[in-house]
Amino acid sequence: MSMAAVPPRRDLRRFGDAALLLVAATLAWQALYAFVGDVAITPPLATVENAAALLRSPLFWTHVSTTALAFAVSLAIGAVAGVAAGLALGFHRFSGQVAEPILTALYTLPKVTLYPIVLLVFGLGISAKIAFGVMHGVIPVILITLNAVRNIDPVHLKTARVLNLTPGETALTVLAPAVTPEIFTGLRIGFGLTLLGVIIGEMFASQRGLGFMIINGINMHDVPTMMAVILLIMIFAVVASTALLAVDRRLHRRNS
Amino acid sequence: MNPANPRAGLSAVSTVFPAREGHPAVHALGPVDLDLAAGEFVAVVGPSGCGKTTLLETLAGLTRPTSGSVTFEGRPVAGGVPAGIGVVFQEDASFPWLNVWDNIAFGLRRAGVAAAEIRARVDYAVGFMGLSGFVRAYPAQLSGGMRQRVCIARTLVLQPRLILLDEPFGALDQQTRLLMGDELLRLWRETKASVLLITHAIDEAVMLADRVGIMSARPGRFIELIATGWPAARTSAVVADEAFGRLTARVWSQLRGESLRALGREAPEATEP
Amino acid sequence: MRKVTLVQVLIVAGGIALLELLTREGITDRLTMIPPSQMAAHLWDMARVGALAEPLAHTLGNVAIAFVLSVAVGAAIGFAVHAAPRLRRLADPLLASYYAVPFFVFYPLLIAIFGLNRWPLVMIGFVFGAAAMVIATLNGLDRVPRVLRKVARVHGLGPVAEALRVTLPAAAPHLFTGLKLALAYCFIGVIAGEFILSGEGLGHAIAYAYDSFDNPTMYALMLLVVVLAIGVNASLHLWEQRLIARRRQS
Repeated sequence: MSMAAVPPRRDLRRFGDAALLLVAATLAWQALYAFVGDVAITPPLATVENAAALLRSPLFWTHVSTTALAFAVSLAIGAVAGVAAGLALGFHRFSGQVAEPILTALYTLPKVTLYPIVLLVFGLGISAKIAFGVMHGVIPVILITLNAVRNIDPVHLKTARVLNLTPGETALTVLAPAVTPEIFTGLRIGFGLTLLGVIIGEMFASQRGLGFMIINGINMHDVPTMMAVILLIMIFAVVASTALLAVDRRLHRRNS
Repeated sequence: MNPANPRAGLSAVSTVFPAREGHPAVHALGPVDLDLAAGEFVAVVGPSGCGKTTLLETLAGLTRPTSGSVTFEGRPVAGGVPAGIGVVFQEDASFPWLNVWDNIAFGLRRAGVAAAEIRARVDYAVGFMGLSGFVRAYPAQLSGGMRQRVCIARTLVLQPRLILLDEPFGALDQQTRLLMGDELLRLWRETKASVLLITHAIDEAVMLADRVGIMSARPGRFIELIATGWPAARTSAVVADEAFGRLTARVWSQLRGESLRALGREAPEATEP
Repeated sequence: MRKVTLVQVLIVAGGIALLELLTREGITDRLTMIPPSQMAAHLWDMARVGALAEPLAHTLGNVAIAFVLSVAVGAAIGFAVHAAPRLRRLADPLLASYYAVPFFVFYPLLIAIFGLNRWPLVMIGFVFGAAAMVIATLNGLDRVPRVLRKVARVHGLGPVAEALRVTLPAAAPHLFTGLKLALAYCFIGVIAGEFILSGEGLGHAIAYAYDSFDNPTMYALMLLVVVLAIGVNASLHLWEQRLIARRRQS
């Protein structure tokens, strides 16, 4: 069924709502600043200016590239390992049943408190940061992938057998499309968590990177820098998540 | 039967669902006129998407028509479901968090009926619907047919004067359906209520009803209302009657063309959001 | 014991035993990791001496308050957003990006607002847990079958009665999941907050031990946190199984 051209009024209204929310948030922010003062936050306009200044500063971009590298590697490892493990545990029922509660229990641990162990094992450097990122993001990916495989409608498998598909063809043409939307959801959730893990890791284990900029800002009471970096991270997180959410929706709609 | 004083009726009822995101407006039903006399059993058949459910929900007061009027016992139906109307839905509407007994007693408790009266009525309904021995079970432990019996019992205890059933046996197998049809007839005779049954099964409609209404493809209108002429004391055994075959054939001959027309359409049946 | 449980117990016991072996044989550096048996022994010593009482009370108190706030506010927001589709469309992307933001950084701001007491930390725990409750509430309300709402109207239930008698019980399993997640996240948020920022509680005690190179204490406390986290979540899980048992298909 093809979607007829979306009535423009709906898009406009959504845009208007989002703009309204933005205005409301900015006003609340300004009010908060009036209440607490310079010691804790910078007001909206000043923060935006500082952020713009950061974007023009080459030093900032070296920090960004450090974080970006760690983030990209964590994401790659987390995604590949997570999906692979999730698939394996999903298809091998017994292993999945054994592993799921253990993974769920691990997930409820405050990972931050295990950081010292990570630092002792990986040392202070990019590998520790990558480890943090993976630690934060991989378990949801595994669990969601596992459930996606479990939830494959058995009728699809029967159809594949009736059509005499080889295991490879079945995997590629029947199973993969069936689980893709849910796996994508897992990756989307893992995305945000991995970012958080890398940034928090940088707050401890690094002399470079966005997380370092933040903790440095806190320690040096350099509120403007700290707020500007947070703003930029938030913008990135919201934009990326919204984009991923849109893809996620598209994938789910196609399947149902 | 007193046709001049129907228990419930629709008059020039028409329903158009307004345009929503990405979907154009849908003229789902009508205009239809239908009168249900007191104690009458009417079945409605029609192709997919013709608005049968909309018809039922409009009569119940769950949906407002775009134009036309709905009356129940002489008073207009607007803004809510009037007391005295019971509805049985196609989907499993039993409350999974209550056992069978509490499910059936639900409406009575909400209506503030005295505890002794509740016990009496629920006991009676349990016995009547063949649910004795299951009163402490939860819906998750019962079969689809049993759950539907629970829903019917829940309606029965409120002693409705009009019972509306929207494809209540759609999810059941044929044999269970036939048995449930007999139970429905028992229920009808016992309660002396007016009954409107929506079904896509022609044999079921012809077997159970005093009158069978045939609806056209969307927007649904009544093409014909056929009187079956069965005696009140009927059971599913009427399928052996020679009139049964003739009536079924007559219904199908009308319905076939409409069904083909409905199949030729792209859009699915519109339902109220 | 079921086969699955047996294997799980073996895996966990085996892991601990392996760790014990590696650390005792000196294969892993004694400075990095101490044997689990030593962790437990040291924890026991600390408990006897009463060194655990204060940080434990502090942490658990913060978690409890944050949890109650998360559930109440989270459920309320969930119900409100569910009832307003326009709000929902706005909220979805925000909820999706929620956990990517390091909320710890607002700690100084929270101190400026609430003062130098437990409330900034409670707020951090709250902020972590509330979103999980909102998401779970939305999920649960989404999954209430539409037919049940129609039944409510047929029985003449007003909106409040419908919410209490039909919507809430129908959504209960998902709401309970929200409860579990909120607790887990409050726990994580409070302890992580204590670790990074604050001067009291279990998290801080771990950070302090790490900075002081006091590995035995650090590991003992980590063990405590692990046991607490698993214990609390497992109890909630078992409770949930009992509550939901009757509603599952048999």
